[in-house]
Amino acid sequence: MLLTNRSKVVSNKNLSLPERIYLPAIFGGMWITLGHLFRKKTTIRYPEVMREFSEIYRGQHVLKRDNEGRERCTACGLCAIACPAEAITMIAAERKKGEEKLFREEKYAVVYEINMLRCIFCGLCEEACPKEAIFLTKRMVQPEFTRDKFTYGKDILLEPPDRGQSVDISRRQTAAVIEFKKDKKFKHNQ
Amino acid sequence: MTTFILYKTLLASFILILSLLVAMYSTLIERKVAGWFQDRLGPDRAGPWGLFQPLADGIKLFFKEEFMPNTADKFLYILGPSLTMFIACLTSAVIPWGPDLVINGKTYSMQMADINIGILYVFAIVSIGVYGIMIGGWASNNKYSLLGAVRASSQMISYELAMSLAIISIVMMTGSLSMREIVAQQQGFNWNIFYQPLAFLIFLICAFAETNRSPFDLPECETELVGGYHTEYSSMKLGFYLFSEYINMFISGAVMATLFFGGYHFPFIDKLNLSPNVFAAVSFMILFLKITFFGFIFMWVRWTLPRFRYDQLMRLGWKALLPLAILNILITGVVILINGSS
Repeated sequence: MLLTNRSKVVSNKNLSLPERIYLPAIFGGMWITLGHLFRKKTTIRYPEVMREFSEIYRGQHVLKRDNEGRERCTACGLCAIACPAEAITMIAAERKKGEEKLFREEKYAVVYEINMLRCIFCGLCEEACPKEAIFLTKRMVQPEFTRDKFTYGKDILLEPPDRGQSVDISRRQTAAVIEFKKDKKFKHNQ
Repeated sequence: MTTFILYKTLLASFILILSLLVAMYSTLIERKVAGWFQDRLGPDRAGPWGLFQPLADGIKLFFKEEFMPNTADKFLYILGPSLTMFIACLTSAVIPWGPDLVINGKTYSMQMADINIGILYVFAIVSIGVYGIMIGGWASNNKYSLLGAVRASSQMISYELAMSLAIISIVMMTGSLSMREIVAQQQGFNWNIFYQPLAFLIFLICAFAETNRSPFDLPECETELVGGYHTEYSSMKLGFYLFSEYINMFISGAVMATLFFGGYHFPFIDKLNLSPNVFAAVSFMILFLKITFFGFIFMWVRWTLPRFRYDQLMRLGWKALLPLAILNILITGVVILINGSS
């Protein structure tokens, strides 16, 4: 069966004279490489020039706060279960009296860690989240010198309480996405 | 006499420094050219356009660990790269770099030594070059090094024959072994390449083999021999081996320009009525441009052709280039005979 039309029949015939003196083939090859010399280079000069990002690029995660600056995450663990790379771990705790300004739900994550070396940035955590708490953003995970630095805790993941500094996730939370999450399987979202 | 000695010392230092500088920047240009051929940019991070890259590489080589296998022959192990480097710098002595300079009414030749057997000197030095590689490879006491060295020496000896025979036709035409004489006869556009294209082709192919450049870089053939003759070398000793390859490239470019492309001659330059010293400088620049062109050809071929197999290499050397060179001598002899009798 032919998979492509580019296959060539190989034969053991003796080389013809132009083939045996190599030179025509050599000049042909040199002509091809000369063509490449003047071709547009494909290199992207990285720190100065960035590769164009998709509008819905899946980069470093953010833990969102609601409009009153309270953490949305309720430490239900659905993201950790959804995660195919098992990169997410968390420890839940009960909200005390007087902490209503800090946490939206009665239960919250004391520890919320994502191992960025395990994470494959698939976005399933975001899809699984019933509280619209975790989103992937256009930010890139920064390089580090040691492996343990890649386990990001709440100090890095949580967005700042100040509303002015909140991370924009509008491109990943479009009307279509919200509509999708309203599917009866996700009834608890409302 | 003292001014003469001073002049020669200055010229020698100038040529030495020039060939070292050229070799230094050839490494950068080689990588740049390789990048361009592969639709990349090549190194451009160290300084503007990567101009400090050779410095960075040199410093890196100096600070690398100086490693010597404890079974190696210590003296020969050090002698190998030193000899290679030394030999590489020697050939430039007989190349006429330009027409005479006039300083205070006296003329000074821009050639280190106008010995009347200039070409023989070049070949003698080039064949000593084998020793540097052979000694280095043998002294390392490593089978890959030894295999690489054996390959290198047999390759260089095989191709030297065809190379010398190709030159004999030039010598027959000019009737002199002196490089100065050969250049003088190629005044204007009367270049040897137009009379001896076959000899040039043979010489060019042999030059690739002599400098151990791709497609004949079997001695250092990474895929089979780890690193070839310099497998056990590190630090600046390795640097010397790699460096001497670029010096050899520069010098063989100079020899090719001198023998076949009219040396420092270029048509209509001598009709511009320049003052002697300016004329000498312009002529030198022309020679340098020709050498640069050959350097580019070396790199162009390297990044185009795959490596020859060893039996193909030997067959090409002995069964193709050698008979062709002899045939070329025969044709040249017949043509000279006919021209002489008429």
